[in-house]
Amino acid sequence: MATAEATADNFGAMAGYNEAVVRKFTIAATFWGVVGFAAGVMIALQLAFPVLNFDLEWLSFGRLRPVHTSAVVFAFGGNVLFATSFYVVQRTCRAPLFGGPTLAGLVFWGYQIFIVMAALGYVLGITQSKEYAEPEWFVDLWLTIVWVAYLVIFLGTLMIRREPHIYVANWFFLAFIVTVAVLHLVNNAAVPVSFTGAKSYTVWSGVQDALTQWWYGHNAVGFFLTAGFLGIMYYFVPKQVNRPIYSYRLSIVHFWSLIFLYIWAGPHHLHYTALPDWAQTLGMTFSVMLWMPSWGGMINGLMTLSGAWHKLRTDPVLKLLVTSIAFYGMSTFEGPVMSIKAVNSLSHYTDWTVGHVHSGALGWVAFVSFGAIYYLVPKLWQRERLYSIRLVNTHFWIATIGIVFYITAMWVSGIMQGLMWRTYDALGFLEYSFVETVEAMNPYYMIRALGGILFLIGSLIMVYNLWQTTRGRIRDEKPFGMPA
Amino acid sequence: MFIKHSTIETRPLLLLVLIIVTISIGGLVEIVPLYTVETTIERVEGVRPYTPLEQMGRNIYVREGCYLCHSQMIRPFRDEVERYGHYSLAAESMYDHPFQWGSKRTGPDLARVGGKYSNDWHVTHMIDPRSVVPESIMPGYPFMMRDLGADDVQAHLEALRIVGVPYSDDMVLNAAIDLAAQADPEADHEPLLARYPKAVIGDFDGDPSRVSEMDALVAYLQMLGTLVDFNDVQPADLTQ
Repeated sequence: MATAEATADNFGAMAGYNEAVVRKFTIAATFWGVVGFAAGVMIALQLAFPVLNFDLEWLSFGRLRPVHTSAVVFAFGGNVLFATSFYVVQRTCRAPLFGGPTLAGLVFWGYQIFIVMAALGYVLGITQSKEYAEPEWFVDLWLTIVWVAYLVIFLGTLMIRREPHIYVANWFFLAFIVTVAVLHLVNNAAVPVSFTGAKSYTVWSGVQDALTQWWYGHNAVGFFLTAGFLGIMYYFVPKQVNRPIYSYRLSIVHFWSLIFLYIWAGPHHLHYTALPDWAQTLGMTFSVMLWMPSWGGMINGLMTLSGAWHKLRTDPVLKLLVTSIAFYGMSTFEGPVMSIKAVNSLSHYTDWTVGHVHSGALGWVAFVSFGAIYYLVPKLWQRERLYSIRLVNTHFWIATIGIVFYITAMWVSGIMQGLMWRTYDALGFLEYSFVETVEAMNPYYMIRALGGILFLIGSLIMVYNLWQTTRGRIRDEKPFGMPA
Repeated sequence: MFIKHSTIETRPLLLLVLIIVTISIGGLVEIVPLYTVETTIERVEGVRPYTPLEQMGRNIYVREGCYLCHSQMIRPFRDEVERYGHYSLAAESMYDHPFQWGSKRTGPDLARVGGKYSNDWHVTHMIDPRSVVPESIMPGYPFMMRDLGADDVQAHLEALRIVGVPYSDDMVLNAAIDLAAQADPEADHEPLLARYPKAVIGDFDGDPSRVSEMDALVAYLQMLGTLVDFNDVQPADLTQ
C-alpha cells in the first residue's frame, strides 16, 4: 500500500478560502447519508415484516419514517448543499466566505443541532405531521436563524467577489437558499400551545393548509432537491470532464423557466381531492410544462460531455455524475406524466409515488452528491487522488442495481395496487378487500428492502474509500478501464 | 427592450430580487384565491369544532404520524365511494390544524371510519392489529393504554381559537369538564352535546377508572366523517 505524496492541490488554502468548513460539511454529509439510508432500510423492512415495529412507540413506522426522510433530504442533502455551495462560491468568486470562519462555523454547528433536535423530536413524538415539514415551532425558529446566516454568507460572498460575473451554479444555489426560506416561513407559521411546550397548531387549516403544504412540499423537491443540486451539476460536471458547460444561453433559459414554473406545480399532489378543480388543473398544466426546462437542464449537463464521452470508460466518478443526470431526465419525465389527472387517479396513494421519489432521490440527488463528494475529498484533504478508483466503480454498480430493484418493485406494486382497488367482479362488486391488496404488496416490499440494502452497502464502500483517501493511502490496483 | 442578462449576473441584489419576484407569482396566484373565493368551502351543515377529547385524540393521531399510511380524503371515484363512502368535502376538514389528508394509502382511508367498527374492535386492533386483521402490517400501539394527561386541554382550545377555530368562551372554559364527560357514560352529557352535537360518548377503552390516550384516539376515530348528513345536501351546495 503506497502513501500518496502530498502533491498539492493546496490552491484553496493558499488563496485563503475557508475549506475547513467545507471539510466538516462533507464529513457530516457522508455520516448523515449512511444514517438516512439505514433508517430507510429499517422502515422498508418494517413494511415487509411488521414485527420490526416491536410495539414500541419510539420505533414505530410512523415515527421513524420522518427520521428517514429528514435524514436523507435535510441532513444528507442539506450538508451536501452546504459543502458544495461553500466550495463553489469561493472558487467561482475568487473570494473567501463572507463573515469569516466564525459565521461559517456557526452555520455548521447550528445546522447539525437542527438535525439532532428534529430527529430526536420525531422519535419522541414531537412533530407537526406536515410531510417534510415535521419539526415543531421551536426547531423551525432555530432553523430560520441558521438559514438567514447561510444567506448572509452566500450573498455576502457574491458581493465581495473578484470575478466580474456570477457563475451559473451560484444562481441555482441562491434561488435554492432564498426560496427554501420563503417556503419554510409560510408553511410553518404556527401558534404554540405554550412557550414552554413543544406542541403548536399550524395557522392554516384544511384545504388552504393542504395547498400551502404541497406548495412547500413540491418546492422542497423543486428547490432543495433540484435547484440546489443543479448548482452542483453546473460546477462539478464541467470540472470532472474538464470542459466548459455546453451552452450559456441554455443555462439562462433553464434557470429562469425552471424556477418560474416549479412553484406552480404543488397542486398535482392534490388531484381529485377537495381542492377546487381550477387549482388542480393549473397545477397539472404547469407540471407538464416543467418537463421542458427540466430536460433543457439535462441536455445542458449531458452535452457538456460532447467530445469527451470516452472518459466514462476510465472515470467512474464521471459515471456517477452522468448517470445522475440520466436519472434526473427520467424522473422529470415520469413526474409530468404522473401529474396528468387521469394517470394520477391510478398512481396517487400508491407505491408508484414512492418509487418516483426514489428514482429522483437515489438516482439523481444521491448520485450527483456521491460524484461531488468523490471529487471534493482528495481536493479538500490535499491528496493526489482517491484511495481506489475501482471501489468507486463497485459502489456505482451496487447502488445502481439497488435503485433498479427499488424502483421496479415500486412500479409493479404501485400499479398493481391501484388497479386492484378499482377492480370489479362480474356481479358489479369490488373484487378485492383493502387488506387483500396489502397482502399482495409483500413480495415487492421485500425486493424494495433488498434494493435499499444494496444502496446502503454501496454507501459504506464509499465511506471506506473516503476514509482511506483522507489518510493519504492509495490502493494497489490495476488502473481502471484498461483491458485486463 | 430586454435587459442583457449580464446586467443581472453581475449584480447579486438584483439577481436576488428577480428570483423572489419569479418564485412568488405561482404561489400567490394559486393560494390567495383559496381564501378569497367563498365557494372554496362547500355550503353544508353540521361541521363543528372537535370536542376536547376528540382534539386530544387527533393530536395523538398527529403525534404518531398516522397520516403517513392512512389518507383522510376520499376521491370522487365509483370504487372509492363504494369502499369508503361519500367523497370528502373541503368543509369537513375546515377546522383541521394541520390537515391530515395524507398522500399514501398503505392502510385504508379513514375519512369516514367513524361508526364503522365498535370501540372494542378499535382498542383490540390498536393494541395488536394482527389479532383482528391477520394480514395487517400496522404497528401495534399497546402503550396508548396509558393516561391521556390532558391538564392543559384549555390551553389547546385557546391556541386553536387564535388560529381561527370558533371555540366559544363557554367551550374553552368547560374544556376539562367536557373532556371527562365524553369518556364517562355515567356523566351528565347535556351540556357537552349542546356544545358539540353528535359527539360520541363512551368508555372507549373499556377501563372506566381513567381517561387514556386510547379513549381520546378512539373518540376521534369514531367521529371521523360523521358530521355532515348527506341526505340534506343538494348538489348545488357542493360546487366549488
